[in-house]
Amino acid sequence: MSSEKMHFEYRVEGGNFSEAGYPSSQVKKTLKQLNVEGNVIKRTVVALYEAEVNIVAHAYRGVIAVDIDTEKIIITLTDEGPGIADIKKAMEIGYSTATPEVREMGFGAGMGLSNMNTNADKLSITSEVGTGTIVEIMNYFHK
Amino acid sequence: MERKTDNQFHHALKFREDLCIGCSHCMNICPTEAIRVSHGKAQLHANRCVDCGECYRVCPVGAIIVEQDDFENIYKYNTRVALIPSVFSGQFPDSVSSGEILSAVHELGFTHVIEVEEGVEFLNDRFNEYIRENQAKKPLISPFCPAVVRLIQVKFPTLAGNIILLKAPVDVTALHTRKELTDQGIASEDIGIFYVTPCAAKIVAVKSPVGEEKSVIDGVINMNYLYNKIFKILRQKKEKSEVTGFSHLSGKSICWSLTHGESGHMTQGRSLAIDEINNVIEFLEKVENEEIDGIDFLELRACDESCAGGILCPGNRFMTVDKLRKRAVKSGDSKGNTPESKTGKISMNDSFLLENIPLGPVLPRSIIKLDDNMSEAMIKMKRIYELNRVLPQVDCGICGSPTCKALSEDVVQNQASIKQCIFVQKILEQNDKMDMQESIQIMKSIWSDNKLDQNSLKDEINEIN
Repeated sequence: MSSEKMHFEYRVEGGNFSEAGYPSSQVKKTLKQLNVEGNVIKRTVVALYEAEVNIVAHAYRGVIAVDIDTEKIIITLTDEGPGIADIKKAMEIGYSTATPEVREMGFGAGMGLSNMNTNADKLSITSEVGTGTIVEIMNYFHK
Repeated sequence: MERKTDNQFHHALKFREDLCIGCSHCMNICPTEAIRVSHGKAQLHANRCVDCGECYRVCPVGAIIVEQDDFENIYKYNTRVALIPSVFSGQFPDSVSSGEILSAVHELGFTHVIEVEEGVEFLNDRFNEYIRENQAKKPLISPFCPAVVRLIQVKFPTLAGNIILLKAPVDVTALHTRKELTDQGIASEDIGIFYVTPCAAKIVAVKSPVGEEKSVIDGVINMNYLYNKIFKILRQKKEKSEVTGFSHLSGKSICWSLTHGESGHMTQGRSLAIDEINNVIEFLEKVENEEIDGIDFLELRACDESCAGGILCPGNRFMTVDKLRKRAVKSGDSKGNTPESKTGKISMNDSFLLENIPLGPVLPRSIIKLDDNMSEAMIKMKRIYELNRVLPQVDCGICGSPTCKALSEDVVQNQASIKQCIFVQKILEQNDKMDMQESIQIMKSIWSDNKLDQNSLKDEINEIN
């Protein structure tokens, strides 16, 4: 098996909704060029977009690291923010701590984490209240 | 490597080498980066072209032409049907009545003249059914514009499954007409159905259809060609002949090929209409990223003002739209619910049509993928990234590729050399890695000998210095 690998990073700014979507758009372009199957691209992009919007909505800033090899893509989103007190609860459909302002912009309906979960082969969330959250999304290219 | 498979893609746009001056206007406008310049001529990469016709619009010397069938082909058939889109009548001045146009088309040799949009009411019902039944594939994309269908195949392969798999109004009307004529006892092989097209993409849709084996249409006639023929007949006519005009079309049908023509009549959920190919691309990028939510139906058209802006329409597109809208108002009901139009010529439950209008799958044929093999693709992607980083990002096109990024890709795909970049040449020259002769040879191989002829500036050269 080939050991080809790629790595890139994007910075995300809390509160900047108008710029949200750039990393997912870049990742999509890359996966298309790599001839990854359409459905895998779709799921990856949806999961990444949700995770990115979470940083924008809740955190001060964050870094998205993308690692691709011939088998899979791993996206690690590390943010500096309030953290999640009860991750299990946050995973429930409809649960949201988004502010009214964020909801007014069409975000924060409480679908984010569960949506990420259905679109990722593996999802891990670790968080420390007062420090930040690390979300890791993994999708396989071949099943 | 790309070139080998080129001939499997039929295109209506042809580049005439004898007329091409190698100006690169077409290369710079092409939305799918399908054109390069080599040896002073524009070269088409057939697998990337979607027949949108943007190149045709900008060519300053008319070197890009739209192929068409020999008009005499109509005489191969005893029964000769002209299928005319409603935008055709919008090309003529107000003083020309639809009756006059109709009789002139007959005079040219057609036995039947039928408006393409007769199939619209039937198709609109089928679309609404389809949208209801396929909620999981939202947003559903109209198959109306063949350039958009091809654009999705090559540039947005993940959205190929969102295209509604039903034929276009012209096919519905052609199917229905042929059925009606054979029911009258005319042999099918004696019937020739000819479509008057406003654009190149519709020609390709007839000549090499997507989602069906063979088109139901026997030939195409370019709209500007027919326009000229008819104008001549009308000019030569002394008195105005009193003939009845086109059959009654609903307002909806008349405006179907204009922007919002389809989207305004989808009853299910939320519909959007977008015209002009760069707008379509911008929007599809967002759809593909799932950034756009809650849209049920997308009407996407490659031309500004949709078919009124087709490259073969001789009239001004804004005037055409105005004329069609006025005609729609005259027809009494822009929603198209008049009893005549509903019962129209085509029954809503026509079982023959119901059976024949579904399309086969629209298969993606990505031009984006760098290699079928993923690790090869990764290696290429890294090289492209590295090359692109050292290029000047001026996108001047002097290298014969439309952008610095495109040159990087061409180099990695073995279709160009990095030395084609004029900036790279200057850097190499400074480092004594390239002499002037070599750089001139490279420039000549892209732009031809005469553009770099040593003697061509003889008189001006002293002044320049």
